[in-house]
Amino acid sequence: MTTLSIDHVSRWFGNVVAVNDITMTVGPGVTGLLGPNGAGKSTLINMMGGFLAPSTGTVTLDGQQVWRNEDIYRHIGVVPEREAMYDFLTGREFVVANAELHGLGAKAAQKALATVEMEYAQDRKISTYSKGMRQRVKMASALVHDPSLLLLDEPFNGMDPRQRMQLMDLLRRMGDEGRTVLFSSHILEEVEQLAWHIEVVVAGRHAASGDFRKIRRLMTDRPHRYLVRSSDDRALAAALIADSSTSGIEVDLAEGALRVQAVDFGRFTALLPKVARDNGIRLLTVSPSDESLESVFSYLVAA
Amino acid sequence: MYDPTVARLTYRALLGRRRALILGALPLLLIAISVVVRGLAGADDQTASDLLGGLALATMVPIIGVIAGTGAIGPEIDDGSVVYLLSKPLKRPTIIFTKLIVAIAVTMVFSALPTLIAGFILNGNGQQIAVAYTVAALVSSIAYAALFLLLGTVSRHAVVFGLVYALVWEALFGSLVPGARTLSVQQWSLAVAHKVAGGDLVTSDVGLTTATVLLIAVTVLATWYAGQKLRSLTLAGEE
Repeated sequence: MTTLSIDHVSRWFGNVVAVNDITMTVGPGVTGLLGPNGAGKSTLINMMGGFLAPSTGTVTLDGQQVWRNEDIYRHIGVVPEREAMYDFLTGREFVVANAELHGLGAKAAQKALATVEMEYAQDRKISTYSKGMRQRVKMASALVHDPSLLLLDEPFNGMDPRQRMQLMDLLRRMGDEGRTVLFSSHILEEVEQLAWHIEVVVAGRHAASGDFRKIRRLMTDRPHRYLVRSSDDRALAAALIADSSTSGIEVDLAEGALRVQAVDFGRFTALLPKVARDNGIRLLTVSPSDESLESVFSYLVAA
Repeated sequence: MYDPTVARLTYRALLGRRRALILGALPLLLIAISVVVRGLAGADDQTASDLLGGLALATMVPIIGVIAGTGAIGPEIDDGSVVYLLSKPLKRPTIIFTKLIVAIAVTMVFSALPTLIAGFILNGNGQQIAVAYTVAALVSSIAYAALFLLLGTVSRHAVVFGLVYALVWEALFGSLVPGARTLSVQQWSLAVAHKVAGGDLVTSDVGLTTATVLLIAVTVLATWYAGQKLRSLTLAGEE
């Protein structure tokens, strides 16, 4: 069982605080590190991987210090976000080199290449690979020594849906095998589909932690705002406000639309089309007006 | 201390791409000039010494040293691919030492070998001039590789700093300011060359003992320090 402990870790660059007093424990299974771009996810992952010293606090793997401890890499596999990776080698040469650096041979490399299903392109130069292929070869290089902790920085960036699904399956399998897998993402759906456990980081702070269902509920239960245009705005407003799923409706004359605040997301989305049909009103526009990640995250921080 | 996989990756990075073209161009230029000079002026010891000292040792060796020394690690640190070396249970000084060996070998092949060939073309190794300058090139290859490898580890602008050192300090100050010559890899290697050639065609401002001590000290210190810097190398994220 591998447990990564982050204990009161802060990191600042000059007078910019990138990570602010974060404490968390990452255990076996798949953990998603969720946060908007620039939240400090990469900084945190770099510290977890021993590539960056915390300004204060400690990062330990099963009690062993991670920073300045080369031996720790017998247990850690790293999939960096950056693209650069010895483009002049073929995929096979690259993974074999990574195996050799762990004191392993071509056999381990071949097994890792098979795991990520890259054997078919292993003899092509990395410079000819697509983004998804690169990602899988990086993955193979991280798996070659069978690590108990896998750190992935934005692994799904730039992948097409099929590649994304393949990688998700693979990570899920790793988690089922009892490995500790941590990946970062700024996309809610990715984290929701894959992670058993979520850590949310916003503006360098640890905003939430726990089971994804709990966090998802927090996210869906928040008040939602909608912009609605219809054939009869006032009649629609009157009918909607009668239901407990809405808490406020504004008739925006300038926009020629209704601004609806819904407190019960599920109920409101079922109610709106029904009310419109019953009253013979045509719905012209229904658009959520605060679905941006930032508003979701800022709501989480406040919660 | 020496890791063959790190060496292989470094060789392929150094000798692939455009870098190999630059590495090959200077030696070819030296040999071409030597052929022309020999053809026009005939074999002359003084001319041979001037050309090998002025062009090969003062200019070509440090430039090749800059390209090989900084190129052995700088680009990897710049583009972040060094993470694949750092995320291994590999002692950081091993990485540096291996890269140093590769940088030395590449600098020697692309600078000392052409110096020897040019020397033989110029005057057929009369008065041991070709061999003396080749020894100087070999010796300075070691010190340059170590210095510029360190520079590549600590600075993102290693090539610029390296060229400024090689061309401004070694070539310009070295010829104008007497004190600067004592602190010049070129002069140290000339002291060794002087010992090989004898006579007064090849001279140095530095004594052999001082030169040897300084050459060893610079090489060892630069390598040790680069290993330390790599231990605490920080990989900044994209954000």
